[in-house]
Amino acid sequence: MNAMIQVKGLTKYYGEHAAIQDLNFSIEEGEVIGFLGLNGAGKTTTLKVLGCVLLPTAGEVKVDGIDVARDPHAIRRRIGFLPDSPPLYGEMTVGRYLDFAAQLRGVPADQAAAHVVDAEEKTGTRDVHDELISNLSHGYRQRVGVAQALVHRPKLLILDEPTSGLDPVQIVDMRSMIRKLRGAHTVLLSSHILSEISQTCDRLLVIQAGEIVAQGTEQELAARMGAGGTVEIEVAGPARRVLDAVATVPGVGAATVLRDLEGVVAVRLQAAPDQRPKIARALVQNGLDLLRIDRGAAQLESIFLQLTRAKPEKETTTTTETMQ
Amino acid sequence: MNPTLLIMRRELGAYLRSMTGYIIAAAVLLVDGVLFNAMALGGPDKMSAEVLGQFFFLSSGLVIVASVFISMRLLAEERQTGTLVLLTSSPVHDWQIVLGKFLSAFVFMALMILATVYMPALILVNGKVSVGHLVAGYLGLLLLGSATLAVGTFGSALARTQVLAAIFNGAMVTALIVCWMLARVTERPFSDVFVGLALWGRHFPPFQAGAIHVRDVAYYLMVTYVALFAATRVLEARRWR
Repeated sequence: MNAMIQVKGLTKYYGEHAAIQDLNFSIEEGEVIGFLGLNGAGKTTTLKVLGCVLLPTAGEVKVDGIDVARDPHAIRRRIGFLPDSPPLYGEMTVGRYLDFAAQLRGVPADQAAAHVVDAEEKTGTRDVHDELISNLSHGYRQRVGVAQALVHRPKLLILDEPTSGLDPVQIVDMRSMIRKLRGAHTVLLSSHILSEISQTCDRLLVIQAGEIVAQGTEQELAARMGAGGTVEIEVAGPARRVLDAVATVPGVGAATVLRDLEGVVAVRLQAAPDQRPKIARALVQNGLDLLRIDRGAAQLESIFLQLTRAKPEKETTTTTETMQ
Repeated sequence: MNPTLLIMRRELGAYLRSMTGYIIAAAVLLVDGVLFNAMALGGPDKMSAEVLGQFFFLSSGLVIVASVFISMRLLAEERQTGTLVLLTSSPVHDWQIVLGKFLSAFVFMALMILATVYMPALILVNGKVSVGHLVAGYLGLLLLGSATLAVGTFGSALARTQVLAAIFNGAMVTALIVCWMLARVTERPFSDVFVGLALWGRHFPPFQAGAIHVRDVAYYLMVTYVALFAATRVLEARRWR
Protein backbone atom coordinates (compact mmCIF):
# COMPACT_ATOMS: atom_id res chain seq x y z
CA MET A 1 0.00 0.00 0.00
CA ASN A 2 1.16 3.49 -0.82
CA ALA A 3 0.97 6.52 1.40
CA MET A 4 -1.81 8.78 0.10
CA ILE A 5 -0.95 11.64 2.42
CA GLN A 6 2.41 12.32 4.02
CA VAL A 7 2.67 15.30 6.32
CA LYS A 8 6.00 16.30 7.85
CA GLY A 9 6.48 19.21 10.20
CA LEU A 10 3.43 21.04 8.89
CA THR A 11 3.04 24.46 10.49
CA LYS A 12 0.55 27.20 9.71
CA TYR A 13 0.58 30.62 11.28
CA TYR A 14 -2.23 33.16 11.10
CA GLY A 15 -0.26 36.28 11.93
CA GLU A 16 1.42 35.57 15.25
CA HIS A 17 -0.90 32.73 16.13
CA ALA A 18 0.04 29.18 15.20
CA ALA A 19 -3.09 27.34 14.10
CA ILE A 20 -1.12 24.13 13.63
CA GLN A 21 2.38 23.40 14.68
CA ASP A 22 4.77 20.69 13.57
CA LEU A 23 2.12 18.23 12.48
CA ASN A 24 3.29 14.78 11.38
CA PHE A 25 1.17 11.93 10.10
CA SER A 26 0.65 9.72 7.12
CA ILE A 27 -2.38 8.04 5.65
CA GLU A 28 -2.38 4.90 3.52
CA GLU A 29 -4.28 4.52 0.30
CA GLY A 30 -7.83 3.23 0.79
CA GLU A 31 -8.06 4.09 4.49
CA VAL A 32 -10.95 5.95 6.04
CA ILE A 33 -9.44 8.29 8.58
CA GLY A 34 -11.20 10.33 11.22
CA PHE A 35 -9.66 13.62 12.17
CA LEU A 36 -10.82 14.35 15.66
CA GLY A 37 -10.51 17.49 17.71
CA LEU A 38 -12.46 20.17 19.51
CA ASN A 39 -13.48 23.31 17.67
CA GLY A 40 -10.44 25.49 17.11
CA ALA A 41 -7.98 22.61 17.44
CA GLY A 42 -6.69 23.13 13.90
CA LYS A 43 -8.73 20.54 11.98
CA THR A 44 -10.12 22.89 9.37
CA THR A 45 -6.77 24.59 8.79
CA THR A 46 -5.06 21.23 8.24
CA LEU A 47 -7.77 20.09 5.84
CA LYS A 48 -7.56 23.37 3.93
CA VAL A 49 -3.83 22.92 3.49
CA LEU A 50 -4.36 19.35 2.28
CA GLY A 51 -7.11 20.63 -0.02
CA CYS A 52 -4.64 23.15 -1.53
CA VAL A 53 -6.79 26.09 -0.48
CA LEU A 54 -4.21 27.45 1.95
CA LEU A 55 -0.45 27.32 1.66
CA PRO A 56 1.52 26.10 4.68
CA THR A 57 3.92 28.39 6.55
CA ALA A 58 6.41 25.55 6.90
CA GLY A 59 6.61 21.81 6.46
CA GLU A 60 6.15 19.29 3.74
CA VAL A 61 2.85 17.93 2.53
CA LYS A 62 2.69 15.21 -0.10
CA VAL A 63 -0.52 13.87 -1.57
CA ASP A 64 -0.15 10.75 -3.71
CA GLY A 65 3.58 11.41 -3.75
CA ILE A 66 3.22 14.97 -5.09
CA ASP A 67 4.42 17.97 -3.12
CA VAL A 68 1.67 20.54 -2.42
CA ALA A 69 4.07 23.44 -2.94
CA ARG A 70 5.47 22.04 -6.21
CA ASP A 71 2.41 21.10 -8.21
CA PRO A 72 -0.84 22.08 -6.49
CA HIS A 73 -2.86 21.58 -9.68
CA ALA A 74 -1.88 17.92 -9.98
CA ILE A 75 -3.08 17.45 -6.39
CA ARG A 76 -6.29 19.41 -6.87
CA ARG A 77 -7.24 17.02 -9.68
CA ARG A 78 -6.74 14.07 -7.30
CA ILE A 79 -8.73 15.42 -4.37
CA GLY A 80 -12.33 16.26 -3.65
CA PHE A 81 -12.82 18.80 -0.91
CA LEU A 82 -15.95 19.52 1.12
CA PRO A 83 -15.34 22.56 3.34
CA ASP A 84 -17.20 23.05 6.63
CA SER A 85 -20.00 24.87 4.83
CA PRO A 86 -20.74 23.28 1.44
CA PRO A 87 -19.83 25.64 -1.43
CA LEU A 88 -23.19 25.64 -3.20
CA TYR A 89 -24.59 28.15 -5.69
CA GLY A 90 -28.23 28.60 -4.72
CA GLU A 91 -29.38 29.78 -8.13
CA MET A 92 -28.21 26.63 -9.94
CA THR A 93 -29.94 23.27 -10.20
CA VAL A 94 -28.15 20.30 -8.65
CA GLY A 95 -27.42 18.80 -12.07
CA ARG A 96 -25.97 21.97 -13.56
CA TYR A 97 -23.96 22.64 -10.44
CA LEU A 98 -22.38 19.17 -10.41
CA ASP A 99 -21.69 19.46 -14.12
CA PHE A 100 -19.90 22.75 -13.47
CA ALA A 101 -17.90 21.25 -10.60
CA ALA A 102 -16.90 18.24 -12.74
CA GLN A 103 -15.69 20.35 -15.65
CA LEU A 104 -13.89 22.71 -13.34
CA ARG A 105 -11.87 19.74 -12.08
CA GLY A 106 -10.95 18.79 -15.62
CA VAL A 107 -13.60 16.22 -16.58
CA PRO A 108 -14.14 16.57 -20.37
CA ALA A 109 -17.53 18.09 -21.25
CA ASP A 110 -18.78 14.94 -23.01
CA GLN A 111 -18.07 12.76 -19.97
CA ALA A 112 -19.35 15.19 -17.36
CA ALA A 113 -22.97 13.99 -17.57
CA ALA A 114 -21.96 10.39 -16.77
CA HIS A 115 -19.86 11.60 -13.83
CA VAL A 116 -22.79 13.61 -12.52
CA VAL A 117 -25.16 10.62 -12.65
CA ASP A 118 -22.57 8.52 -10.88
CA ALA A 119 -22.04 11.07 -8.10
CA GLU A 120 -25.78 11.56 -7.67
CA GLU A 121 -26.32 7.83 -7.31
CA LYS A 122 -23.55 7.48 -4.75
CA THR A 123 -24.93 10.31 -2.63
CA GLY A 124 -28.65 9.66 -3.14
CA THR A 125 -29.32 13.00 -4.80
CA ARG A 126 -30.59 11.66 -8.14
CA ASP A 127 -34.18 12.65 -7.29
CA VAL A 128 -33.27 16.32 -6.80
CA HIS A 129 -31.28 16.56 -10.07
CA ASP A 130 -33.52 19.32 -11.42
CA GLU A 131 -34.18 21.14 -8.14
CA LEU A 132 -32.72 24.56 -7.41
CA ILE A 133 -30.10 24.24 -4.70
CA SER A 134 -31.65 27.14 -2.76
CA ASN A 135 -34.82 25.03 -2.36
CA LEU A 136 -33.04 22.02 -0.84
CA SER A 137 -33.17 20.98 2.81
CA HIS A 138 -30.03 21.01 4.91
CA GLY A 139 -29.58 17.24 4.59
CA TYR A 140 -29.73 17.34 0.80
CA ARG A 141 -27.39 20.32 0.66
CA GLN A 142 -24.83 18.37 2.64
CA ARG A 143 -25.22 15.43 0.24
CA VAL A 144 -24.81 17.66 -2.79
CA GLY A 145 -21.71 19.01 -1.05
CA VAL A 146 -20.30 15.48 -0.89
CA ALA A 147 -21.41 14.87 -4.48
CA GLN A 148 -19.40 17.86 -5.75
CA ALA A 149 -16.37 16.53 -3.89
CA LEU A 150 -16.50 13.14 -5.62
CA VAL A 151 -17.92 14.05 -9.03
CA HIS A 152 -14.50 13.98 -10.72
CA ARG A 153 -13.73 10.60 -9.08
CA PRO A 154 -10.80 11.79 -6.97
CA LYS A 155 -8.45 9.39 -5.23
CA LEU A 156 -8.69 11.34 -2.00
CA LEU A 157 -11.81 12.78 -0.41
CA ILE A 158 -11.46 15.43 2.28
CA LEU A 159 -14.68 16.05 4.16
CA ASP A 160 -14.75 18.73 6.85
CA GLU A 161 -17.49 17.87 9.37
CA PRO A 162 -19.82 16.19 6.86
CA THR A 163 -22.37 15.39 9.56
CA SER A 164 -22.60 18.82 11.20
CA GLY A 165 -26.13 20.10 11.58
CA LEU A 166 -27.75 16.87 10.40
CA ASP A 167 -30.55 15.11 12.27
CA PRO A 168 -29.98 11.59 13.67
CA VAL A 169 -31.48 9.82 10.64
CA GLN A 170 -29.41 11.88 8.25
CA ILE A 171 -26.29 11.21 10.31
CA VAL A 172 -26.86 7.47 9.96
CA ASP A 173 -27.40 7.88 6.19
CA MET A 174 -24.28 9.98 5.84
CA ARG A 175 -22.25 7.41 7.78
CA SER A 176 -23.36 4.54 5.60
CA MET A 177 -22.74 6.64 2.51
CA ILE A 178 -19.17 7.35 3.61
CA ARG A 179 -18.60 3.68 4.43
CA LYS A 180 -19.67 2.78 0.90
CA LEU A 181 -17.06 5.14 -0.50
CA ARG A 182 -14.29 3.06 1.08
CA GLY A 183 -12.23 1.24 -1.52
CA ALA A 184 -12.93 3.64 -4.35
CA HIS A 185 -11.50 6.58 -2.43
CA THR A 186 -9.22 7.33 0.47
CA VAL A 187 -11.36 9.36 2.86
CA LEU A 188 -10.27 11.86 5.47
CA LEU A 189 -13.09 13.31 7.50
CA SER A 190 -13.16 15.51 10.54
CA SER A 191 -15.46 15.75 13.49
CA HIS A 192 -15.55 16.89 17.07
CA ILE A 193 -17.70 13.95 18.13
CA LEU A 194 -15.76 10.77 18.76
CA SER A 195 -18.64 8.30 18.87
CA GLU A 196 -19.79 9.59 15.51
CA ILE A 197 -16.62 8.96 13.58
CA SER A 198 -15.26 5.98 15.48
CA GLN A 199 -17.90 3.86 13.73
CA THR A 200 -17.09 5.15 10.27
CA CYS A 201 -13.32 5.26 10.35
CA ASP A 202 -10.52 2.71 10.29
CA ARG A 203 -8.25 4.93 12.29
CA LEU A 204 -8.45 8.17 14.24
CA LEU A 205 -6.06 11.10 14.46
CA VAL A 206 -6.65 13.22 17.53
CA ILE A 207 -5.59 16.84 17.21
CA GLN A 208 -5.35 19.27 20.08
CA ALA A 209 -4.07 22.86 20.00
CA GLY A 210 -2.57 22.31 16.56
CA GLU A 211 -0.73 19.09 17.39
CA ILE A 212 -1.52 15.42 16.94
CA VAL A 213 -1.86 14.07 20.49
CA ALA A 214 -2.80 10.50 19.63
CA GLN A 215 -3.54 8.23 16.71
CA GLY A 216 -4.82 4.72 16.23
CA THR A 217 -8.04 2.74 16.27
CA GLU A 218 -10.60 3.45 18.92
CA GLN A 219 -9.39 0.43 20.90
CA GLU A 220 -5.78 1.44 20.67
CA LEU A 221 -6.68 4.88 21.93
CA ALA A 222 -8.67 3.40 24.78
CA ALA A 223 -5.77 1.10 25.65
CA ARG A 224 -3.38 4.02 25.59
CA MET A 225 -5.57 5.88 28.02
CA GLY A 226 -5.56 2.82 30.29
CA ALA A 227 -9.20 2.10 29.59
CA GLY A 228 -8.70 -1.17 27.71
CA GLY A 229 -12.18 -0.95 26.29
CA THR A 230 -15.48 -1.24 28.08
CA VAL A 231 -18.77 -2.97 27.50
CA GLU A 232 -22.05 -1.88 29.03
CA ILE A 233 -24.88 -4.32 29.63
CA GLU A 234 -28.41 -4.08 30.94
CA VAL A 235 -29.87 -7.29 32.28
CA ALA A 236 -33.17 -8.25 33.92
CA GLY A 237 -32.24 -10.13 37.06
CA PRO A 238 -30.54 -9.77 40.42
CA ALA A 239 -27.20 -7.97 40.40
CA ARG A 240 -25.41 -10.81 42.24
CA ARG A 241 -26.28 -13.42 39.60
CA VAL A 242 -25.36 -11.05 36.77
CA LEU A 243 -21.93 -10.38 38.23
CA ASP A 244 -21.34 -14.10 38.82
CA ALA A 245 -22.36 -14.92 35.25
CA VAL A 246 -20.04 -12.39 33.63
CA ALA A 247 -17.17 -13.31 35.92
CA THR A 248 -17.06 -16.73 34.22
CA VAL A 249 -16.19 -15.13 30.85
CA PRO A 250 -12.42 -15.09 30.27
CA GLY A 251 -11.01 -11.63 29.52
CA VAL A 252 -13.61 -9.70 31.45
CA GLY A 253 -12.10 -7.51 34.12
CA ALA A 254 -13.64 -5.37 36.81
CA ALA A 255 -17.42 -4.92 36.76
CA THR A 256 -19.14 -1.81 38.09
CA VAL A 257 -22.85 -1.71 38.78
CA LEU A 258 -24.13 1.55 37.32
CA ARG A 259 -27.81 1.18 38.22
CA ASP A 260 -30.00 -1.41 39.92
CA LEU A 261 -33.62 -0.37 39.53
CA GLU A 262 -36.81 -2.46 39.51
CA GLY A 263 -35.00 -5.67 38.75
CA VAL A 264 -32.94 -4.24 35.88
CA VAL A 265 -29.19 -3.97 36.41
CA ALA A 266 -26.85 -1.83 34.32
CA VAL A 267 -23.23 -2.92 34.57
CA ARG A 268 -20.04 -1.56 33.03
CA LEU A 269 -17.42 -4.23 32.35
CA GLN A 270 -13.75 -3.79 31.62
CA ALA A 271 -13.60 -5.89 28.46
CA ALA A 272 -12.66 -5.58 24.82
CA PRO A 273 -15.75 -4.86 22.68
CA ASP A 274 -15.16 -8.08 20.71
CA GLN A 275 -15.98 -10.03 23.90
CA ARG A 276 -19.61 -9.03 23.55
CA PRO A 277 -20.87 -12.33 22.01
CA LYS A 278 -19.27 -14.35 24.82
CA ILE A 279 -20.73 -12.11 27.48
CA ALA A 280 -24.18 -12.37 25.91
CA ARG A 281 -23.94 -16.15 25.70
CA ALA A 282 -22.84 -16.46 29.33
CA LEU A 283 -25.78 -14.37 30.54
CA VAL A 284 -28.33 -16.27 28.50
CA GLN A 285 -26.92 -19.62 29.55
CA ASN A 286 -27.38 -18.53 33.15
CA GLY A 287 -31.05 -17.89 32.49
CA LEU A 288 -30.78 -14.10 32.53
CA ASP A 289 -32.58 -11.83 30.07
CA LEU A 290 -30.17 -9.53 28.26
CA LEU A 291 -31.84 -6.20 27.46
CA ARG A 292 -28.97 -4.18 26.08
CA ILE A 293 -25.30 -4.65 25.29
CA ASP A 294 -22.95 -2.12 23.74
CA ARG A 295 -19.55 -0.56 23.90
CA GLY A 296 -19.65 2.11 26.55
CA ALA A 297 -20.41 5.28 24.62
CA ALA A 298 -19.94 7.43 27.67
CA GLN A 299 -16.55 5.85 28.06
CA LEU A 300 -15.67 6.86 24.50
CA GLU A 301 -16.45 10.45 25.26
CA SER A 302 -14.33 10.37 28.37
CA ILE A 303 -11.39 8.99 26.40
CA PHE A 304 -11.81 11.84 23.99
CA LEU A 305 -11.97 14.37 26.78
CA GLN A 306 -8.86 12.94 28.41
CA LEU A 307 -7.02 13.03 25.10
CA THR A 308 -7.99 16.55 24.26
CA ARG A 309 -7.45 17.87 27.75
CA ALA A 310 -4.03 16.29 27.89
CA LYS A 311 -1.77 19.19 27.11
CA PRO A 312 0.93 18.71 24.49
CA GLU A 313 3.50 18.80 27.33
CA LYS A 314 2.37 15.26 28.06
CA GLU A 315 3.96 14.02 24.85
CA THR A 316 7.23 15.64 25.89
CA THR A 317 7.16 13.95 29.29
CA THR A 318 6.64 10.55 27.69
CA THR A 319 9.59 11.12 25.42
CA THR A 320 11.83 12.13 28.29
CA GLU A 321 10.73 9.08 30.21
CA THR A 322 11.62 6.75 27.37
CA MET A 323 14.93 8.48 27.00
CA GLN A 324 15.73 7.91 30.61
CA MET B 1 -13.89 23.63 -21.52
CA ASN B 2 -11.37 26.24 -20.56
CA PRO B 3 -11.81 27.09 -16.84
CA THR B 4 -11.94 30.83 -17.52
CA LEU B 5 -14.84 30.39 -19.94
CA LEU B 6 -16.49 27.91 -17.61
CA ILE B 7 -16.39 30.38 -14.72
CA MET B 8 -17.53 33.19 -17.00
CA ARG B 9 -20.49 31.17 -18.26
CA ARG B 10 -21.60 30.21 -14.75
CA GLU B 11 -21.26 33.77 -13.50
CA LEU B 12 -23.16 35.22 -16.44
CA GLY B 13 -25.88 32.65 -15.77
CA ALA B 14 -26.01 33.90 -12.18
CA TYR B 15 -26.54 37.50 -13.40
CA LEU B 16 -29.29 36.41 -15.74
CA ARG B 17 -31.00 34.07 -13.28
CA SER B 18 -31.07 36.53 -10.38
CA MET B 19 -33.09 39.71 -10.10
CA THR B 20 -30.06 41.88 -9.32
CA GLY B 21 -28.80 41.84 -12.89
CA TYR B 22 -32.14 42.84 -14.35
CA ILE B 23 -32.71 45.52 -11.74
CA ILE B 24 -29.35 47.15 -12.46
CA ALA B 25 -29.91 46.97 -16.22
CA ALA B 26 -33.46 48.31 -15.96
CA ALA B 27 -32.41 51.21 -13.71
CA VAL B 28 -29.54 52.19 -15.99
CA LEU B 29 -31.66 52.05 -19.14
CA LEU B 30 -34.47 54.00 -17.50
CA VAL B 31 -32.23 56.79 -16.23
CA ASP B 32 -30.28 56.89 -19.49
CA GLY B 33 -33.52 57.20 -21.45
CA VAL B 34 -34.85 59.97 -19.23
CA LEU B 35 -31.60 61.94 -19.38
CA PHE B 36 -31.33 61.44 -23.13
CA ASN B 37 -34.79 62.85 -23.70
CA ALA B 38 -34.43 65.70 -21.25
CA MET B 39 -30.88 66.81 -21.93
CA ALA B 40 -29.64 65.51 -25.28
CA LEU B 41 -32.84 65.85 -27.28
CA GLY B 42 -34.30 68.74 -25.34
CA GLY B 43 -33.10 72.35 -25.19
CA PRO B 44 -32.21 74.59 -28.12
CA ASP B 45 -31.76 73.15 -31.61
CA LYS B 46 -28.54 71.19 -32.01
CA MET B 47 -26.55 69.36 -34.62
CA SER B 48 -27.03 65.58 -34.70
CA ALA B 49 -23.38 65.04 -33.81
CA GLU B 50 -23.78 67.27 -30.79
CA VAL B 51 -26.78 65.26 -29.59
CA LEU B 52 -24.87 62.04 -30.07
CA GLY B 53 -21.90 63.45 -28.15
CA GLN B 54 -24.19 64.33 -25.26
CA PHE B 55 -25.69 60.86 -25.35
CA PHE B 56 -22.25 59.30 -24.94
CA PHE B 57 -21.46 61.79 -22.20
CA LEU B 58 -24.57 60.82 -20.22
CA SER B 59 -24.09 57.12 -20.86
CA SER B 60 -20.47 57.24 -19.68
CA GLY B 61 -21.63 58.46 -16.27
CA LEU B 62 -24.16 55.66 -16.04
CA VAL B 63 -21.60 53.07 -17.10
CA ILE B 64 -19.36 54.18 -14.24
CA VAL B 65 -22.15 54.00 -11.67
CA ALA B 66 -23.47 50.67 -12.99
CA SER B 67 -20.02 49.09 -12.98
CA VAL B 68 -19.69 49.73 -9.25
CA PHE B 69 -22.85 47.73 -8.61
CA ILE B 70 -22.25 45.04 -11.21
CA SER B 71 -18.76 44.26 -9.99
CA MET B 72 -19.31 44.46 -6.23
CA ARG B 73 -20.60 40.90 -5.98
CA LEU B 74 -18.02 39.17 -8.18
CA LEU B 75 -15.64 37.86 -5.52
CA ALA B 76 -17.04 39.36 -2.32
CA GLU B 77 -20.29 37.42 -2.60
CA GLU B 78 -18.48 34.12 -3.08
CA ARG B 79 -16.34 34.87 -0.08
CA GLN B 80 -19.38 35.80 1.97
CA THR B 81 -21.25 32.60 1.13
CA GLY B 82 -18.17 30.37 1.22
CA THR B 83 -18.43 29.22 -2.40
CA LEU B 84 -15.03 30.62 -3.34
CA VAL B 85 -13.50 27.43 -1.92
CA LEU B 86 -15.03 25.47 -4.79
CA LEU B 87 -12.90 27.51 -7.18
CA THR B 88 -9.75 27.76 -5.06
CA SER B 89 -9.69 24.00 -4.38
CA SER B 90 -10.03 23.20 -8.10
CA PRO B 91 -7.17 22.95 -10.59
CA VAL B 92 -7.71 26.53 -11.73
CA HIS B 93 -5.20 29.38 -11.57
CA ASP B 94 -6.17 32.43 -9.55
CA TRP B 95 -5.86 34.62 -12.65
CA GLN B 96 -8.36 32.38 -14.41
CA ILE B 97 -10.84 32.91 -11.58
CA VAL B 98 -10.37 36.69 -11.73
CA LEU B 99 -10.50 36.82 -15.52
CA GLY B 100 -13.59 34.60 -15.71
CA LYS B 101 -15.39 36.77 -13.19
CA PHE B 102 -14.35 39.98 -14.90
CA LEU B 103 -15.38 38.73 -18.34
CA SER B 104 -18.84 37.76 -17.11
CA ALA B 105 -19.36 41.26 -15.73
CA PHE B 106 -17.99 42.74 -18.95
CA VAL B 107 -20.30 40.71 -21.16
CA PHE B 108 -23.25 41.71 -19.01
CA MET B 109 -22.19 45.35 -19.18
CA ALA B 110 -21.74 45.09 -22.96
CA LEU B 111 -25.25 43.68 -23.39
CA MET B 112 -26.59 46.54 -21.32
CA ILE B 113 -24.66 49.15 -23.30
CA LEU B 114 -25.82 47.67 -26.59
CA ALA B 115 -29.41 47.87 -25.37
CA THR B 116 -29.10 51.68 -25.51
CA VAL B 117 -28.55 51.62 -29.25
CA TYR B 118 -32.17 52.65 -29.88
CA MET B 119 -31.36 56.16 -28.64
CA PRO B 120 -28.79 56.99 -31.34
CA ALA B 121 -31.18 55.31 -33.75
CA LEU B 122 -33.79 57.91 -32.72
CA ILE B 123 -31.41 60.68 -33.78
CA LEU B 124 -31.30 59.09 -37.21
CA VAL B 125 -35.03 59.73 -37.63
CA ASN B 126 -34.57 63.48 -37.86
CA GLY B 127 -30.88 63.87 -38.44
CA LYS B 128 -27.69 62.41 -39.74
CA VAL B 129 -25.15 60.49 -37.69
CA SER B 130 -21.89 59.06 -38.96
CA VAL B 131 -21.22 55.39 -38.31
CA GLY B 132 -17.67 56.28 -37.29
CA HIS B 133 -18.92 58.51 -34.51
CA LEU B 134 -21.23 55.74 -33.28
CA VAL B 135 -18.47 53.13 -33.31
CA ALA B 136 -16.03 55.45 -31.54
CA GLY B 137 -18.56 56.36 -28.86
CA TYR B 138 -19.57 52.79 -28.16
CA LEU B 139 -15.94 51.65 -28.14
CA GLY B 140 -15.26 54.37 -25.59
CA LEU B 141 -18.15 53.22 -23.41
CA LEU B 142 -16.96 49.60 -23.57
CA LEU B 143 -13.37 50.57 -22.72
CA LEU B 144 -14.47 52.82 -19.87
CA GLY B 145 -16.73 50.02 -18.62
CA SER B 146 -13.89 47.53 -18.84
CA ALA B 147 -11.62 49.78 -16.76
CA THR B 148 -14.20 50.53 -14.08
CA LEU B 149 -15.30 46.88 -13.89
CA ALA B 150 -11.69 45.79 -13.47
CA VAL B 151 -11.24 48.29 -10.64
CA GLY B 152 -14.49 46.91 -9.21
CA THR B 153 -13.19 43.35 -9.46
CA PHE B 154 -10.16 44.42 -7.47
CA GLY B 155 -12.36 46.06 -4.83
CA SER B 156 -14.53 42.94 -4.71
CA ALA B 157 -11.43 40.79 -4.15
CA LEU B 158 -10.35 43.00 -1.26
CA ALA B 159 -13.69 43.20 0.52
CA ARG B 160 -15.27 40.69 2.85
CA THR B 161 -18.84 41.71 2.03
CA GLN B 162 -20.61 43.11 -1.00
CA VAL B 163 -21.51 46.35 0.76
CA LEU B 164 -17.88 46.92 1.64
CA ALA B 165 -16.93 46.11 -1.95
CA ALA B 166 -19.39 48.71 -3.25
CA ILE B 167 -17.89 51.31 -0.91
CA PHE B 168 -14.32 50.43 -1.99
CA ASN B 169 -15.30 50.54 -5.64
CA GLY B 170 -17.13 53.82 -5.31
CA ALA B 171 -14.17 55.39 -3.52
CA MET B 172 -11.57 54.08 -5.98
CA VAL B 173 -13.51 55.04 -9.10
CA THR B 174 -14.38 58.49 -7.75
CA ALA B 175 -10.77 59.11 -6.76
CA LEU B 176 -9.63 58.06 -10.22
CA ILE B 177 -12.14 60.38 -11.86
CA VAL B 178 -11.46 63.47 -9.78
CA CYS B 179 -7.71 63.15 -9.63
CA TRP B 180 -7.42 65.58 -12.58
CA MET B 181 -8.51 68.27 -10.14
CA LEU B 182 -5.28 67.75 -8.28
CA ALA B 183 -3.51 68.87 -11.44
CA ARG B 184 -4.70 72.42 -10.78
CA VAL B 185 -3.05 72.59 -7.40
CA THR B 186 0.16 70.74 -8.25
CA GLU B 187 3.08 71.62 -10.46
CA ARG B 188 4.57 69.76 -13.36
CA PRO B 189 5.44 66.96 -13.71
CA PHE B 190 2.88 65.86 -11.08
CA SER B 191 0.06 67.76 -12.66
CA ASP B 192 0.69 65.89 -15.94
CA VAL B 193 0.63 62.58 -14.09
CA PHE B 194 -2.70 63.40 -12.45
CA VAL B 195 -4.25 64.49 -15.72
CA GLY B 196 -2.98 61.38 -17.48
CA LEU B 197 -4.20 59.14 -14.69
CA ALA B 198 -7.74 60.49 -14.54
CA LEU B 199 -10.31 57.91 -15.59
CA TRP B 200 -12.52 60.29 -17.53
CA GLY B 201 -11.10 63.81 -17.90
CA ARG B 202 -8.67 63.56 -20.81
CA HIS B 203 -9.39 60.06 -22.10
CA PHE B 204 -13.12 59.84 -22.66
CA PRO B 205 -14.07 63.12 -24.43
CA PRO B 206 -12.29 62.16 -27.70
CA PHE B 207 -14.46 59.03 -27.96
CA GLN B 208 -17.49 61.17 -27.21
CA ALA B 209 -16.61 63.43 -30.10
CA GLY B 210 -15.99 60.48 -32.42
CA ALA B 211 -12.21 60.26 -32.31
CA ILE B 212 -10.26 57.13 -31.41
CA HIS B 213 -6.72 57.70 -30.15
CA VAL B 214 -4.37 54.82 -29.48
CA ARG B 215 -3.28 56.68 -26.35
CA ASP B 216 -6.80 56.52 -24.84
CA VAL B 217 -7.41 52.91 -25.86
CA ALA B 218 -4.06 51.94 -24.34
CA TYR B 219 -4.90 53.84 -21.15
CA TYR B 220 -8.17 51.98 -20.57
CA LEU B 221 -6.65 48.60 -21.39
CA MET B 222 -3.80 49.34 -19.04
CA VAL B 223 -6.11 50.27 -16.15
CA THR B 224 -8.01 47.02 -16.83
CA TYR B 225 -4.83 44.97 -16.82
CA VAL B 226 -3.34 46.55 -13.70
CA ALA B 227 -6.57 46.24 -11.72
CA LEU B 228 -7.08 42.58 -12.69
CA PHE B 229 -3.45 41.84 -11.91
CA ALA B 230 -3.89 43.39 -8.48
CA ALA B 231 -7.08 41.36 -7.90
CA THR B 232 -5.21 38.16 -8.78
CA ARG B 233 -2.47 39.07 -6.33
CA VAL B 234 -5.05 39.62 -3.60
CA LEU B 235 -6.46 36.12 -4.18
CA GLU B 236 -2.98 34.60 -4.19
CA ALA B 237 -2.01 36.43 -1.02
CA ARG B 238 -5.08 35.10 0.73
CA ARG B 239 -3.76 31.55 0.39
CA TRP B 240 -0.90 32.49 2.68
CA ARG B 241 -3.11 33.91 5.38
